Amino acid sequence: MDKSIVLKYDVDGNDFSLAGEASSSVKKVLLSLGFDPEIIRKVSIALYEGEMNMVIHANGGVITVEISPEEIHMLLEDTGPGIEDIELAMQEGYSTASDKVRELGFGAGMGLSNMKKYSDVFIITSEVNKGTRVEMVVKNKQ
Amino acid sequence: MEKYYHSVTLDVDKCKGCTNCLKQCPTQAIRVRDGKAKIIKERCIDCGVCIRVCPYHAKKAITDSLSELDKFEYKVALPAPALYGQFPKVNDINKILNALLGIGFDDCFEVAKGAEVVTNRTKELIKSGELMDITISSACPAVLRLISVRFPNLLNNVLPIKPPIEVAAYMARQEAVKKTGLSEDKIGLFFITPCPAKATSIKNPLSVAKSGIDGVISIKDVYLKLAHKINSDSPPKNLQSAGFYGVSWANVGGEAEALEEGKYIAVDGIHNVINILEAVENEKLDDISFIEALACPGGCVGGPLTVENNYVAKSRIKETAKKLPKTKFSEDVDYNVLWEKPMEYNPIMNLDEDIFTAIQKASEIDKIYKGLPGLDCGSCGSPSCKCLAEDIVRNMASETDCIFKLREKVKTLSNEMNTLSKNLKG
Repeated sequence: MDKSIVLKYDVDGNDFSLAGEASSSVKKVLLSLGFDPEIIRKVSIALYEGEMNMVIHANGGVITVEISPEEIHMLLEDTGPGIEDIELAMQEGYSTASDKVRELGFGAGMGLSNMKKYSDVFIITSEVNKGTRVEMVVKNKQ
Repeated sequence: MEKYYHSVTLDVDKCKGCTNCLKQCPTQAIRVRDGKAKIIKERCIDCGVCIRVCPYHAKKAITDSLSELDKFEYKVALPAPALYGQFPKVNDINKILNALLGIGFDDCFEVAKGAEVVTNRTKELIKSGELMDITISSACPAVLRLISVRFPNLLNNVLPIKPPIEVAAYMARQEAVKKTGLSEDKIGLFFITPCPAKATSIKNPLSVAKSGIDGVISIKDVYLKLAHKINSDSPPKNLQSAGFYGVSWANVGGEAEALEEGKYIAVDGIHNVINILEAVENEKLDDISFIEALACPGGCVGGPLTVENNYVAKSRIKETAKKLPKTKFSEDVDYNVLWEKPMEYNPIMNLDEDIFTAIQKASEIDKIYKGLPGLDCGSCGSPSCKCLAEDIVRNMASETDCIFKLREKVKTLSNEMNTLSKNLKG
């Protein structure tokens, strides 16, 4: 008997117009499972920000989401340039987004801090020239 | 649970069981079974997209007929401003209002007047700072129903003001009582509607306990009758009393423009509305304060119960409204313009009440989906392979409904038969 459902998404780093598809898809599944809208909101925003980061900074990656009655576990892994100084990156307002992308209104520097804000568990590890790994958990209300 | 009345229905005889409405329904509420379309009532938001796209005119909206007028002593027509753009070469609202008198009504009350009251109250609410950062208009009932089933997190963003029709109904009844001295129940208020969503919202109101409207008549049902009376020789009474802003509500952008301040976007077309609402949920519309969201292309002028092409009607409304003063709103009305009851989340997408079972089902759906061809052809009667997978898990369909799966099975079966016949020496 399946105690959880696992969803996997390949995030295309080259196609900006597709950014947000993974989080949108997860949102639909959460709606069908009857999760409280507040929980859905937290997951959507955290995942959306993570997905955007993958597209803007890392040239795409893989997102794995495991949904169980107790929690939603999200794993975002990429083989991008990595983050040199994680503490600096986590600061609100700090952004390394290119000028091109900032012109569009992105790169406000709130991504990582938002992800931490909306998740109950937030673990980020990274190695320069190797990639970044973000693990987030949003716990279900009980 | 009260019985929910839908105004969108199917004329079974005309339905050919094609895939047009099936594929375009924004809530995947349609299935084709036994060669005929069926609407899943719980999922239908009465937006009328299916009515618009059906090539065989099999999809219809149930509205009241003019004979309903006979039930009342004093009959008042409340025309949606979309009506003003329907008649070629007519830019004079008075002509249209007088034509309504010619088809059986005793009086007219413009819904556009109710719109101006709503605009005024909206401006006050926005100033008060009580609203969320992004406010979503509550004028389109199809959009409201969409939000209640698919965007529960945005329920608090919706402007908690009643739609113009309810405000206009209150004002119209008060005015009629004053004019005639009759009791309220002898007065019949009839909304002339461009869409089924509004017809449904009167029988199943979202923001009030009971609608102030007695009957809903579609624009297309009265079009020809009105056309005959529009250029009549008798001198027209002056019935027109709404301003430019009120009348402009018929076009997408009209409601937002009337607010005069703040950054807004006006979105028309249900699929475009879905995209924008997704963006709002992701907190990606930072500097927008107001969203006018309408299910129909062009706004209400594009409603499925209108007659004129929506682009033509939109331009005509612009020409017509130009002649009017900005607004004729003078004093506030003694009426509670705020919602009487909050809108609630309607979890129709839910697979099961119990989350363990729901997860089981979601897993099953995923497995089945991965075995389907992914063509979303609609031949099975479900709008997409994902939907078929869900229907199978909900015991509403089977895998062999999929033509490709059936072909696979037939092939396997015939191979087995072949092998068998080779081994049976006769």
